[in-house]
Amino acid sequence: MSETAQSQVRIFVVDNFLFGDQDALSGDDQSLIEHDVIDSTGVLELVSFIEERFGIAMSDAEIAPANLDSVSRIAAFIERKRAAVS
Amino acid sequence: MCGIAGYLGQLRKDDSRSLLHGMSAALAHRGPDGAGIHIDDDFGFAHRRLAVIDLSPDGAQPMAGGDGSLHITYNGEIFNHIELRAMLEGRGRHFRTASDTEVLLQLYEEYGPDCVNHLNGDFAFAIWDAKRRRMVLARDRMGVRPLFYTWRQGRFYFASEVKALFAVPGVEARLDPVALDQIFTLWAPIAPRTSFRGISELPPGHLMIIEDGEADTRPYWALSFPDSGDEDDRPHGELVEELRTLLEDSTRIRLRADVEVGSLLSGGLDSSMITAIAARMAPGRLRSFGITFEDPEFDESAWQQTMADALGVTHHAVACRSADIASVFPSVVRYAERTLLRTAPAPMYRLARSVREQGVKVVLSGEGADEIFAGYDLFREASIRRFCARQPGSKSRPSLFRRIYPYLPSLQQQTPDYLAAFFGVDRDETNDPLFSHRPRFRTTAGAKMFFSAGLRAELGSYDAAEELASLLPDSFRRWRPLHQALYLETRFLLPGYILASQGDRMAMAHGVEARFPFLDHRVVEFGARLPPGAKLRVLQEKHILREAAADMLPPAIARRRKQPYRAPDSASFGQANYVADLLSPGAVSAKGLFNPAMTGRLLDKSRRSGLNGFRDNAAFVGVLSTQLLSDEFP
Repeated sequence: MSETAQSQVRIFVVDNFLFGDQDALSGDDQSLIEHDVIDSTGVLELVSFIEERFGIAMSDAEIAPANLDSVSRIAAFIERKRAAVS
Repeated sequence: MCGIAGYLGQLRKDDSRSLLHGMSAALAHRGPDGAGIHIDDDFGFAHRRLAVIDLSPDGAQPMAGGDGSLHITYNGEIFNHIELRAMLEGRGRHFRTASDTEVLLQLYEEYGPDCVNHLNGDFAFAIWDAKRRRMVLARDRMGVRPLFYTWRQGRFYFASEVKALFAVPGVEARLDPVALDQIFTLWAPIAPRTSFRGISELPPGHLMIIEDGEADTRPYWALSFPDSGDEDDRPHGELVEELRTLLEDSTRIRLRADVEVGSLLSGGLDSSMITAIAARMAPGRLRSFGITFEDPEFDESAWQQTMADALGVTHHAVACRSADIASVFPSVVRYAERTLLRTAPAPMYRLARSVREQGVKVVLSGEGADEIFAGYDLFREASIRRFCARQPGSKSRPSLFRRIYPYLPSLQQQTPDYLAAFFGVDRDETNDPLFSHRPRFRTTAGAKMFFSAGLRAELGSYDAAEELASLLPDSFRRWRPLHQALYLETRFLLPGYILASQGDRMAMAHGVEARFPFLDHRVVEFGARLPPGAKLRVLQEKHILREAAADMLPPAIARRRKQPYRAPDSASFGQANYVADLLSPGAVSAKGLFNPAMTGRLLDKSRRSGLNGFRDNAAFVGVLSTQLLSDEFP
């Protein structure tokens, strides 16, 4: 399940923020901010994607780089939220 | 204000005539009131006239002087021509015309190239000095008026706009990849580089003297700031009074014309102040002009009307819809002659057209105040970033970023951690000379992801920001951080983008001359000497200007926070049919500058959900304008 979430997140990031340029994402641990993949509006797009695709409601406090600044972190966050629900 | 062109070298008379007529025709929009050429053995000059001072044929150009040994073609206004004329008459000189062109010629006779030090004005000119067998070219201090040049087969050619140089046989329009990289990082090419290979511009505040086939280019004026601790320490009230006096005088001499002078009025502090001063000097006669937008996010029409009512000026509001931006954008790129990352020049183009339709060909503008008195958000942003850097990890300090961008909803919703990350807290070194501009350069450069593989390979490891840093003067390190930021903005972006793409080129597309009281060099030099706190007081921008304006403006406008001048970017092009063609895989591949597949996805996203962030909008407008530029100058 987590593999699926991670690949879905990766596809979203590459399609939506990198316009298909897979080479611009060197790995799932790459910082999305430090590599200028997303900006402030990008974060809001990312949050909408997570909430809609995975049925997760994010609180303001959860919208933080610790949870969202790489594909791996996003996938892990989704995993934690799902585990908490189940 | 006019258009000029010419060459230095020998040509057959017929070739010369045909060349000068061709160059002049390309500049017709800059001078609809007259045209002239002068051909000599060693050079040729062309001139398009926008008659503003001495409307008689006496003011026609090219003009000869010095018993026929001097010839000039000149674009601009010498605002202190009356004082200079009196000074020259005091030295025994006599004038045969009322024009400022003759003043300039006689000033040259008196002082040679150093005559530029006496000028208070916006100008670009070329003088052929037959006695010394040299050509002298000069451009005003701040870069209001343009001057481009190129060399071809040992001959030198110059013109007010690049398009006139393409009338020279053999001069081709080829986009310069390095300029493209500079624009996609810094928003403007670094002079003398332009968007076209082999075409240069004379940098602001520079003279060029060509003698014996050798060109010597040198600055005659340079923006500078005091070393930290050496700022003007007179009592604040005295400084406020001096600023008011200076602005009144800079506006007064910019009202000198033999035609009506209007005023651009955005509804913000700067243009309101200039309009207020001008209205007092031309009571009951001043007309003002402002752009209105249908989208309330960008519209300032209520403020414009408030100000116009308070001053008793007749205000003309010019509506600019998104569809208007899209429809004029190809023309905007043709006149700007460069890649644009924003659509903001388009409403200025639309406004200039309306000004001209109202029969006005000279307008005052409040442009320049944000650079001289620290009005842009970027200066406050840099100040907060430094404040955050002093206490890394602070959860409260990054919240201040929300206060300076109340008009950006996406930032209002961010946590302090994200705000700190977006603004490069813990990332940028505070002793980096480009510290203030790093987030902007970084975000803009993100749009380079759309560069094609071929363009990337050609650019290699080129770094536009590094080149910019290499050009800073030695004294830069000794200036206060705010002054370093102001220098970067005023020395590079102001002439490279604001005064070019949003100023001269858009106004002159319709034969309208814009004049900028804040860019009078006396105001600029005064502003530079002020202590940083007089300009940016904690987080209040343009502090001293607000105080100087206090008794001129309604309190609501004097206190009003800056609303940056913006226009809808990619959202303007939803209904524009030409966009899909220009951004099609075939068209993008044919030019070879951008990645066709990624550009297609960018267009899809803009049509599907709209583009929100700065980077994506800059990329969209940047790719589109480059494709247009490449089509316009194939």
